[in-house]
Amino acid sequence: MKKKLLAVLMSAVMVVSLTACGGSAPAASGDAAPAADSGDAAPAADSGSSGDLIKVGIINNDPNESGYRTANDKDLKEMFTKENGYDASFAYSLKNDEQITAAQKFITDGVDYLLLSAADTAGWDTVLKDAQDAGIRVILFDRTIDAPDSLYEASIVSDMAKEGQTAVDWLAGQNLPEYNVIHIQGVMGSAAQQGRSGALDTKVAAESNWNIVTQQTAEWNAEKAQQIVQSVIDAGTPFNVIYAENDDMAKGAVAALDKANISHGVGKDVVVMGFDCNKWALEELLNKNWNYDGQCNPFQASYIDEIIKTIESGGTVSQKTIIMDEKGFDASSITQEDVDKYGI
Amino acid sequence: MSSETKIQTRKVKGGSIFRNQIFIPVAALLLLALFNLIADPSFYKITLGYNSTGDPVLSGYLMTILDYGSELAILAIGMTLVTAASGGQDISVGAAIAIAGSVILRVLCGHDSRPETLQAPIIVAFLVACVVAMLFGAFNGALVAYFKIQPMVATLILFTAGRSIAAWINNNELPIISDPSFAIYGGFIPGIPIPTPFFIAMICVVITMLALKFTNLGLYTQAVGINESSSKLNGLNPAFIKFLSFVLLGLCVAVAGLIKVSRLSSINYSVIAKDIEMDAILAVALGGNSLGGGKFNMLASILGAYVIQFLTTTLYKFNVQSDALPAYKAVVVIALVVMSTPKAREFMSKIGKKLKPAERSVA
Amino acid sequence: MNEQSVLEMRGIYKSFPGVKALQNVDFTLREGEIHALMGENGAGKSTLIKVLTGVYSKDEGDIFLKGIENAVVIHSPQDAQKVGISTVYQEITLCPNLTVAENMFIGRGTGVIQDWKNMNKDADKILMSLGIPAVSTQQLASCSLAVQQMVAIARAVDMDCKVLILDEPTSSLDEQEVQKLFGLMRDLKKKGVGIIFVTHFLDQVYEVCDRITVLRDGQLVGEYEIKDLPRVKLVAKMLGKEMDDMSDIKSDAKTYEAKDKSDVVFEAKDLVSDAGIRPFDFHIEKGEVNGFTGLLGSGRSECVRAIFGADRVLGGEVKKNGKPIKISKPIDAMKNGIAYLPEDRKVDGIIGDLSVRENIILALQVMKGFFKPFTKAQAYAFAEEYIKALNIKTASADTPIKSLSGGNQQKVILARWLLTHPDYLILDEPTRGIDVGTKVDIQKLVLKLASEGMSITFISSETDEMLRTCSRLIVMRDRKVVGELKGDELTQGKIMSTIAGGENG
Repeated sequence: MKKKLLAVLMSAVMVVSLTACGGSAPAASGDAAPAADSGDAAPAADSGSSGDLIKVGIINNDPNESGYRTANDKDLKEMFTKENGYDASFAYSLKNDEQITAAQKFITDGVDYLLLSAADTAGWDTVLKDAQDAGIRVILFDRTIDAPDSLYEASIVSDMAKEGQTAVDWLAGQNLPEYNVIHIQGVMGSAAQQGRSGALDTKVAAESNWNIVTQQTAEWNAEKAQQIVQSVIDAGTPFNVIYAENDDMAKGAVAALDKANISHGVGKDVVVMGFDCNKWALEELLNKNWNYDGQCNPFQASYIDEIIKTIESGGTVSQKTIIMDEKGFDASSITQEDVDKYGI
Repeated sequence: MSSETKIQTRKVKGGSIFRNQIFIPVAALLLLALFNLIADPSFYKITLGYNSTGDPVLSGYLMTILDYGSELAILAIGMTLVTAASGGQDISVGAAIAIAGSVILRVLCGHDSRPETLQAPIIVAFLVACVVAMLFGAFNGALVAYFKIQPMVATLILFTAGRSIAAWINNNELPIISDPSFAIYGGFIPGIPIPTPFFIAMICVVITMLALKFTNLGLYTQAVGINESSSKLNGLNPAFIKFLSFVLLGLCVAVAGLIKVSRLSSINYSVIAKDIEMDAILAVALGGNSLGGGKFNMLASILGAYVIQFLTTTLYKFNVQSDALPAYKAVVVIALVVMSTPKAREFMSKIGKKLKPAERSVA
Repeated sequence: MNEQSVLEMRGIYKSFPGVKALQNVDFTLREGEIHALMGENGAGKSTLIKVLTGVYSKDEGDIFLKGIENAVVIHSPQDAQKVGISTVYQEITLCPNLTVAENMFIGRGTGVIQDWKNMNKDADKILMSLGIPAVSTQQLASCSLAVQQMVAIARAVDMDCKVLILDEPTSSLDEQEVQKLFGLMRDLKKKGVGIIFVTHFLDQVYEVCDRITVLRDGQLVGEYEIKDLPRVKLVAKMLGKEMDDMSDIKSDAKTYEAKDKSDVVFEAKDLVSDAGIRPFDFHIEKGEVNGFTGLLGSGRSECVRAIFGADRVLGGEVKKNGKPIKISKPIDAMKNGIAYLPEDRKVDGIIGDLSVRENIILALQVMKGFFKPFTKAQAYAFAEEYIKALNIKTASADTPIKSLSGGNQQKVILARWLLTHPDYLILDEPTRGIDVGTKVDIQKLVLKLASEGMSITFISSETDEMLRTCSRLIVMRDRKVVGELKGDELTQGKIMSTIAGGENG
């Protein structure tokens, strides 16, 4: 009996400490901490503009998932504040069913807008219909879903294929005599992997002086990328380009190069390319250790804000699918300003 | 009379070469080595080069195996003890490495996530990580030893929560260490051409071997794992020994965590040391140790760890998609499970016996 | 094949690496007889049974069964069952969490579908006809060990068996339960079943068996009618020598009686543990051999476990050599010179996968401490010393203890505790499931150790054995001490009446 009690206590402590983790993370990173998911009955804020706050329910993936998601979450939290006229509640999960449950809760709570970055593309029809019936407007961000577009107002997404194309065009512009590429892919089948791989595959198939030395998935994992590149180095196969589909994997690849004393960066033996524009990655560009970093824009909040403002003022959204501007940075032209502005 | 018995024992030993524990990892190693030798002998080429700081380094697939297999070998030490004592496995080591790594970076970075200089000596950071990892090990150990929760279930808690805890330790920021002295632990010591992780692993192995020789760790752990009730009546405290094994695994986790974060001078909480727990458990199994606990052979486990890295490196060499690696490892697991059944062993020793007389007649 | 025979084994050979386990062994079982298979541990009884049931394949020889023209081929226990040979092992191999009926029928149906209603009815019918006190729908675990054993027999018998092998079925049963089992065996015998009975209990052999086959060192010694072979001769045949050791022992025991009262080595007052015994007082003097006696489950083991700290001690005062001490766990007792050989060798005694050497040194090693392991040489020296002193039959000190015979395992455990040089040694059923030779060895050893000044508490289910070794008996009933017998009171009758709660209460 005593033991059982203790076990319960211990697990309780565990849970409390977990909640503490979740809670303190955004607070410490200096946010304007909105009342997370307690939501309702927000006291009259000082903004005082149109009197009522717009109630939004935001369903996102876990901010711990990646630097991208962290930046995305931070951006949303900075936008949807009481000062800006919003009463926002957040729900996080990497699992579709939990996200759907959260959506149902938001519908019951009677939010005005439901903002959704879906974990999975399927299974959203019913819940979005419920939202529509309740007069709640849905805006998708970052990820699309398999549902009729009548169910949502707009979808703000990145065009991964375009990101890939921009990068490959940049690489082609380097005019290397020969392209021997180590292609490190993300988790196979993910939108980012498909988009970023597609452009390169097409180019390699088309050009005779473009070769793939190895094409391997490192599943977004730096350690795996390091081993993949290590293996190519051990085999002694020559290569001069590393095309890594995110910054972490590029970092792993570079660690292997450093170990083997293979120079990389601007004007060096190996061209290093990454994606996502992590701040530290852009700094590598600034130091000319890497050559290129493609942006995957996590800052959808301003787009969403604009759409909501349009709808609130009685206008209509002209485009269902809004593709965000995304840049590609070249080490020879990047500035400290770029790093500060676009680094995530 | 005495000479007769001697002959008998020798005979028994000869027939049981296949029953010897270390046979499994050695056979697997030879098989892989042979495969590579036939497929591409350049696999064994080792070259001496110079790295970016101008120090000599050895490179080649074999060096890669020694290098990357090290974390696994270190973990295999702790996992073997946990397996032997508790008859179960700790599946939270990957998450615990994330925690240990995060702690190291946190101490080294202080408040700034990208410091110009180290804010604390590396040894201090490492020691703090050891304490933290051992505390988490103690948490697992307490659940297993004192609350009698199945090890896999008990460690599931940390398996689930560990990476979030790791992220929380660094306020979810991404610390990066630019000081080159930190990269030594996952790279090379200036002037020494063999990767540091291998040295660290060997130090751990030597310490473990000394501990097994100069303490009763081995005897007690095995006794508790084989027969808890009987151990208790021999004056042992089975709960404490199980608890201790988890704490020692925590220490191994801290060492592996140091190497892991040093390799990239950074950390990614969600993927660092991902799935390493499965490899560590596989190393123990490949060492011919029963996953049900009891008798163990430490060197066989360590060898098992390097065999797994040998397999991984071989697969990378032949450009097998890395997300297919688990499938290949699954094949190894199946082969192992079959090989360790008494039926298969009997079969093998029969073959062994048939081979023996042939040899003798040749001689 | 003889007409009366239901089973004949002819010229059986079986060898293992380095051991000739069976050499030219013949065995004949008649219809409707109970046939004892006797021999010391390692004589080849188990091997012969395993050959018969298909667990081992024989090297040479033939097995004939009644009604089958040619020699039968048995490759597996299933084959054996098909031709009507069933075995009930010492350890019950049924599923305790299933019902009695399920245990009797499961895994035997030809189809997938099980007719539950009829199954229970059939089961009850069989249980009734065999007079087994169990109900078909009862969970097996709720039956006593004896009934469980009987259910196992019922299962075997219902499979149309002609040959029933009972391998040490009585070792975990008390006297009453044994009688019930014997009743069942006699019933089966009347129905024409041939029963092979393997046991160490001589009394039981003479009580229930018709004929005896004796094996020694893998060879057949002979086949005898029970009336032609008195006990002493049987033992002599088994050991291969004429012996009058038994009488030696008795005279040894008498010598102690003559001794003066000496110092009290260990003393307990109102000792009580969480194992459900009433508080009890106890003491033992230097060089004394005393014992706890009582029926199985009367609390005699629990008493000694409380002394050793094996169960959680709830209260009481304990003194060692007159000084108050505290024993809350085994290591406390060990440090105070107390050693305890537990009742259940497999569960509490041996560390199966470890070597004989490690098993011998374990207790002393634990006392010495975690950071002070013995060197290999020291460990071997200890092991070799005791292997020799106790005549432990093992291939080497490195052999895993689990591959030794039961008697030798017990000697290893004994060696473990002797190595700690205790001045108070507790032996709980040290001779259970052990061959006669080892039994005598252990009894002699106990008396020798006592004569050298060691105090010993000896517990045994066999009253004879207690009478031979102990000079004082503490009698238990229903988890409390009900009497103490010494001197002239030490007779079978007196013990029985005290246990049963006669005039002295």
